[in-house]
Amino acid sequence: MQKISRFDIINRLKDLLADGNVDRVLGWKKGEFRYDVTPHVFTSAQELEADFVWGDFCGANFSKYLIKETAKSDKKVAVLLKPCDTYSFNQLLTEHRFDREKVYAVGVACDGMADIFKIKKITGDGISDIKENGEDLDVYTIYDEKPVKIKKTDVLSERCLSCKSKKHAAYDELLGGDGDVLDSNRFDEVAKIEAMTEEERYAFWQGELSRCIRCNACRDVCPACTCEKCVFDNPNSGMENKSPANEFEEKLFHIIRAFHVAGRCTDCGECSRVCPQRIPLHLLNRKFIKDINAFYGEYQAGEVVGSRAPLVDFDKEDVEPKNAVGKEDK
Amino acid sequence: MQVNEYKPLIVAFCCNWCSYAGADLAGNNRLNYPADVKIIRVPCSCRVNPAFVLRAYQRGADGVLICGCHPGDCHYTTGNYYTRRRMALLFSMLSYLGIEKERTRVEWISAAEGAKFAATMNEFVKTVTDLGKNRRLEDLRCKK
Ligand code: SF4
Ligand code: SF4
Ligand code: FES
Repeated sequence: MQKISRFDIINRLKDLLADGNVDRVLGWKKGEFRYDVTPHVFTSAQELEADFVWGDFCGANFSKYLIKETAKSDKKVAVLLKPCDTYSFNQLLTEHRFDREKVYAVGVACDGMADIFKIKKITGDGISDIKENGEDLDVYTIYDEKPVKIKKTDVLSERCLSCKSKKHAAYDELLGGDGDVLDSNRFDEVAKIEAMTEEERYAFWQGELSRCIRCNACRDVCPACTCEKCVFDNPNSGMENKSPANEFEEKLFHIIRAFHVAGRCTDCGECSRVCPQRIPLHLLNRKFIKDINAFYGEYQAGEVVGSRAPLVDFDKEDVEPKNAVGKEDK
Repeated sequence: MQVNEYKPLIVAFCCNWCSYAGADLAGNNRLNYPADVKIIRVPCSCRVNPAFVLRAYQRGADGVLICGCHPGDCHYTTGNYYTRRRMALLFSMLSYLGIEKERTRVEWISAAEGAKFAATMNEFVKTVTDLGKNRRLEDLRCKK
């Protein structure tokens, strides 16, 4: 269960709309099923009452939407941000991607989001409804009248299991209180891969990356991927939108995608959440983050607005590339 | 018996102001280095985008070298410091994906180091020859 209720959030948002502080709200709208919640711009109290949702499937990070949304009008837009979303929010501000003055940031406390793929693994695909019931989820299926009871902690999404912070890095007001920066174990998985032999690593990534269908969802959702012109859209680049034909193209896309966000990726985990092929993209991003921390000092993108990204910075004593590689993998 | 000797294809990105001049000096001094090294001149080592390196592999390179001025001596003052960070991360990622780390390398070679240029190339060609063909980053459609 989330700390703050849908009811409380709606009430506060209605006040904001009524006061005329903001004229629209970027929030989560119910989808066809309980679990496919979609981003939406709400403009009235009635609309909020009817369609707004808040619960265990509100994974979407709205930071990136602010680029287009703030450009639409001079009025302020209210945006709901979970703690991890606020890092992307700050990172976009650092990169001057939207006007802070046009945003009213409402931080919502987050208790972790459930992973529908994990739930479906337990119940099968035919889910008709999911009800939050204390610490449990009651999953109703087409196979049985009685719901399947699942402990939410058993189906938490990967990124929430290794959440780096429940503390909001930016907000105008908070709903449900603030949390702490957590001592996360998010690099453990990366370290495990580093400890493999070269052959094992190659085989591991071959298995993962060869499933990619180049739908570009990971790129589109990423708050760090906001370039107006992208190499992957350029038909002359030889790596434009198309499904990878062979091992090389898979690697090309994934290395370049991860590299383009290196030092700017806040590790919000959106890429892995939206991948229909369940490719653990966060393990590529985290490798860069881990290396940056090891080589150039601890750095958390989006923690502080205006901080300098490690790849546009240097130190005269930086490690040489030949000493960098393999320093991490023993 | 005829031995089909394997000759690797090496791409060396050399910055205009130091390493490319170093290659010239090696030539002027008639120092030998294998013809398998194809030099691509770039204005500065930091012109080399990670995609260039990958693209070289795609087109059949077996090894890629990025050569620039010694840190502190870049013609544009700081270009090679950025190269250093960028390539350190890229190489580490390649190794993370299981691609042989010896295949890609950064070397700092000044305009006065013709001998170092030739020695580096000889040594690198030997390393890559020992590694054998690049199979993990090849694009079969690009093969003749
Ligand atoms: S979301 Fe997944 S399948 Fe789609 S392009 Fe990204 S990695 Fe490939
Ligand atoms: S790459 Fe993934 S984890 Fe990083 S900012 Fe983008 S969506 Fe978030
Ligand atoms: S000009 Fe040689 S590295 Fe920059």
